Amino acid sequence: MLAFTLKRLGLAALVALTVSVLAFLLLHLSGDPAVALAGEGARQADIDMVRKMYGLDRPLAVQYADWLWHMLQGDFGTSVYFKTPAGPLIFSKLQTTLLLGLAALGVALAISIPLGVLAALYKDSLADRLCLAVAVLGQALPNFFFALLLIMLFSLTLRWLPVSGSGTWQHFVMPALALGYYVAPAFMRLIRAGMIEVLGADYIRTARAKGLPATTVVFKHALRNAIVPVVALAAVQLGYLLGGSVVIETIFALDGLGYLAYQSITFKDFPVMQLIVLLLSVLYVLLTLASDIANAWLDPRIRVS
Amino acid sequence: MTTPILPTTLPSTALPADAPPARGAELWRRARRNRALLVGGGILLLIVLVALFAPLLAPHDPYAQDLVRRTVPPAWYAKGSWLHPLGTDQLGRDYLSRLIYGARISLLIGLAVAVISGVIGTAMGLAAGYFGGRTDMVVSFLITTRLSMPVILVALATVAIVGGSLWVVILVLGLLKWDRFAVVMRSATQQVRSQEYVAAARAAGASTWRIVRGEVLPNVLPHLIVIATLEAASAILLEAALSFLGLGVQPPLPSWGLMISEAKAYMFFSFWLIAIPGSALALLIFAINLAGDGLHQLLSPEERA
Repeated sequence: MLAFTLKRLGLAALVALTVSVLAFLLLHLSGDPAVALAGEGARQADIDMVRKMYGLDRPLAVQYADWLWHMLQGDFGTSVYFKTPAGPLIFSKLQTTLLLGLAALGVALAISIPLGVLAALYKDSLADRLCLAVAVLGQALPNFFFALLLIMLFSLTLRWLPVSGSGTWQHFVMPALALGYYVAPAFMRLIRAGMIEVLGADYIRTARAKGLPATTVVFKHALRNAIVPVVALAAVQLGYLLGGSVVIETIFALDGLGYLAYQSITFKDFPVMQLIVLLLSVLYVLLTLASDIANAWLDPRIRVS
Repeated sequence: MTTPILPTTLPSTALPADAPPARGAELWRRARRNRALLVGGGILLLIVLVALFAPLLAPHDPYAQDLVRRTVPPAWYAKGSWLHPLGTDQLGRDYLSRLIYGARISLLIGLAVAVISGVIGTAMGLAAGYFGGRTDMVVSFLITTRLSMPVILVALATVAIVGGSLWVVILVLGLLKWDRFAVVMRSATQQVRSQEYVAAARAAGASTWRIVRGEVLPNVLPHLIVIATLEAASAILLEAALSFLGLGVQPPLPSWGLMISEAKAYMFFSFWLIAIPGSALALLIFAINLAGDGLHQLLSPEERA
């Protein structure tokens, strides 16, 4: 177990380091970042000054090493647009996005568990087909379009929820719905397949033969076992939700990391942009690392292969 | 028991167990009974035809502005007219014509991204699965690294730095979305590689390239086709989201995502402006996903859940 954990840790560190190189190189895709930083209509003298100020006249490898070294010391640079240190700026938004991600995950599970169980219990019936249809239709609806539909319904027509902003729990309802419904089909299919397999197992037959009520058998015995792979998927999907938060937070002007990412991209605030790419990637690496180790701990077969 | 010597003549009925079914006729017979494939493929074919014959079908020039006739509602509204069956947008451009030309953009994105990412991912997955060892380690590491970076965020940042255009979006998404191809091709190749016919081909002195092309590729092709449909759908949704955020296809091109973005300020009083391109997107994705599900059932019936 220790060897497995150490190996995974090493791999995660290597991935994080590679991502940091890529996030760093992202800025240099434009050719000359000094021109982009100086903005439109800048004179050559301004561009040269920017180049000097940000140390962009040094070799790439030196710039990268310098950037990484500062970050490892907790110096994340300064936001070009907000004129504040990028580190505290980003970490202050992280909470909102994590909250949104968890709420969206809750929405996804609240939709997918009942539907998945229903589809498995009445396999190949009309209910099963309807659940599948919901899943296929759900995956076809673009999430930004669904978000606009929610705004139309709940804010503009019914006037129940605020259109945009953040601060109260009401501000999180529509973003969580718009983000969560999209990952629900994946969970639903997994729960359905898991439940069908588990419901055919001997111990379920035993439980039924003992005369246990059907609800106890389904929810206590079967669902508990069918939900194990869902935990692994949840870790991965949370990573997807963090990425999807860019679109959804922007639509609802929810003051989280995703909205900040969008702002930094449109304002060409490169230090913030690089840092968010890096932070979200590292978060994903940590999530999959945790889920890998948890799985190996639960299932010894994984450790060996 | 003595080892039987190979009979000099095989009885005419004895076929090897893994003989392919009569490919063409059998597939066609099963395809005609596959409702998901028929419905999905039918809708998709219709959209493709509309896109191909856009100049013949569009009633107006999709770029021609008519500032006198702005936001005219579709024909079924009281104020609508059959001159503009789906109304006009905020610049007085015919909405039906823009919708028809927009199908070209979505289909081009889906096809081009699936081809680019398919070639990259298949090459990587084949190499990793076939050669194993160090090649497999490198490819697996690249897949892990790629998965850790949120596609939408990296795509947004790249488009913001390089500049948005149809070709930039295609290239960026094509270079980002090879991961699923690589993952599936890798495990499919690993499976095929251990089959006896591959060993037989190698024993017969076939070169690696010949084995990959002649034995491995045809056998992993069903997986490849299914992944390609999923990736095409996902690429179309991503382009729409990027364009919706203003960092994808640029105006005045009639991308469906861009149409929703341009109309969202008017959505309360002119709901059709977002409903029409939104529904078109949902229909296209629905058709591709349904056709993909159908193809999956058709090409690998043994894996059906």
